[in-house]
Amino acid sequence: MSRPLVVTRVVGALAGAVLAVGLGLAFFVVPPDAVQGEVQRIMYLHLGAVAAAYFAFFVTLLASVRYLWKRDLRADAVAVASAEVGVLFTGVVLASGSIWGKSTWGVWWTWDARLTLTAITFTIYVGYLMLRAFAEEPQAAARYGAVLGVLGFLAIPLNHFAVQWWRTLHQPSSIIRAGGPSMDPFMLTVVLVNVCGMLLLYGYLLLERFRLERIRHQTLQLRLTRGRRG
Amino acid sequence: MVVAEVMRRTWAMTWKDVRVELRARERMNAMLFFAGLVLFIFNFALGPDLERLRDAAPGLLWLAFLFTGMLGLGRSFQAERENECFEELLLTPGDRESLYFGKLAGNILFMVMAELLILPLFAILYNLDIWSRLPGLVLVAVLGTIGFSTIGTLLAAMTAHLRAREVMLPLLLFPLTVPVILGSVRATEALLNGPGLVEVGHWLKLLVGFDVVFLVVCPLLFEFVLEE
Repeated sequence: MSRPLVVTRVVGALAGAVLAVGLGLAFFVVPPDAVQGEVQRIMYLHLGAVAAAYFAFFVTLLASVRYLWKRDLRADAVAVASAEVGVLFTGVVLASGSIWGKSTWGVWWTWDARLTLTAITFTIYVGYLMLRAFAEEPQAAARYGAVLGVLGFLAIPLNHFAVQWWRTLHQPSSIIRAGGPSMDPFMLTVVLVNVCGMLLLYGYLLLERFRLERIRHQTLQLRLTRGRRG
Repeated sequence: MVVAEVMRRTWAMTWKDVRVELRARERMNAMLFFAGLVLFIFNFALGPDLERLRDAAPGLLWLAFLFTGMLGLGRSFQAERENECFEELLLTPGDRESLYFGKLAGNILFMVMAELLILPLFAILYNLDIWSRLPGLVLVAVLGTIGFSTIGTLLAAMTAHLRAREVMLPLLLFPLTVPVILGSVRATEALLNGPGLVEVGHWLKLLVGFDVVFLVVCPLLFEFVLEE
């Protein structure tokens, strides 16, 4: 096995192990939430996916800037891989949030600020993937994708303020706030284990998807050179 | 000196688009006819109840503005695409920024013109008193239109080269301009049904902030879009 492949497999195994421990603790060991009961356990999964999703879009931003700057096709492969995995995690965020919302608020969907922001971000990056699919040549897909990768990430804070002022009924953030977290230390540990697990899973999927994209590039290249020879 | 040069080139670009429009009158006609239809259809969708229409008015007004603006944006690079003139545009001396600002100015101009004609029609059809609030409404409309067009012009240049371009422009533009849509609708609501602009200063600030951010970012990104 080549070295990158070994790294990929190791990250994958680590992700599996950490998530097994994290989710095992979350679903079987941690005591249920005092107010929300058993359903609160889904939060451990939810928060991990949130962290992975936003991290993924941040990586897409960095890779997009690098592509525009250096025209490095590997950067473009990172950008598209990260966006795709980010869309996946955003989907998990929306689904798990909906299930939690159904039993806590009594509805699958409400126009709560953070929910809305997540949905908007989801559509922006689904648009990103569609844009690339509709481009007529690979270079155009890379350039347009990179432009949208920058625009899309810039839109997140602006959209955040907009929907925040528009309305909010989400439970206030309980980890990051002045005066320290309000969570039980054990629960907090489990949250952090799950966040680490999700980020590792993100890393694993990114590496696999990146490899696939590079193979795609090579295939295109081979086709081009064969075509030239006739 | 440099500023004067950029202004001159920007103006040349805008004037080209305006002159094409003055001769063909394709874009404005399509936009206005479409806007009229939209106002009618809203009425059918919501029924003739004046109270209900008045409550929904700010949102409807902006939907009419945005759909019409979208139609205009979609056509803003059509002449260049159909005649394969992007290369010629790129060959014009000077910075790409002036191409962007020229196109942007044209798009804002067409959209504001359409809005100026939609507003009175809207007031008549929906029986609203807009005249006392006109300065505030124009301010909000201009701020919203600038924000919508900055990203819109950039995306229109991009989607002009795609398959399925008619679908992709709205699909990309609306999620990216959520702050513009929310801010404009809330500010208009405060003007038409509520306490006036003083109460919604934060929305105006958001609109101004959005406009400034993307007036800086979009010209920079435009350079990468028009590369051939």
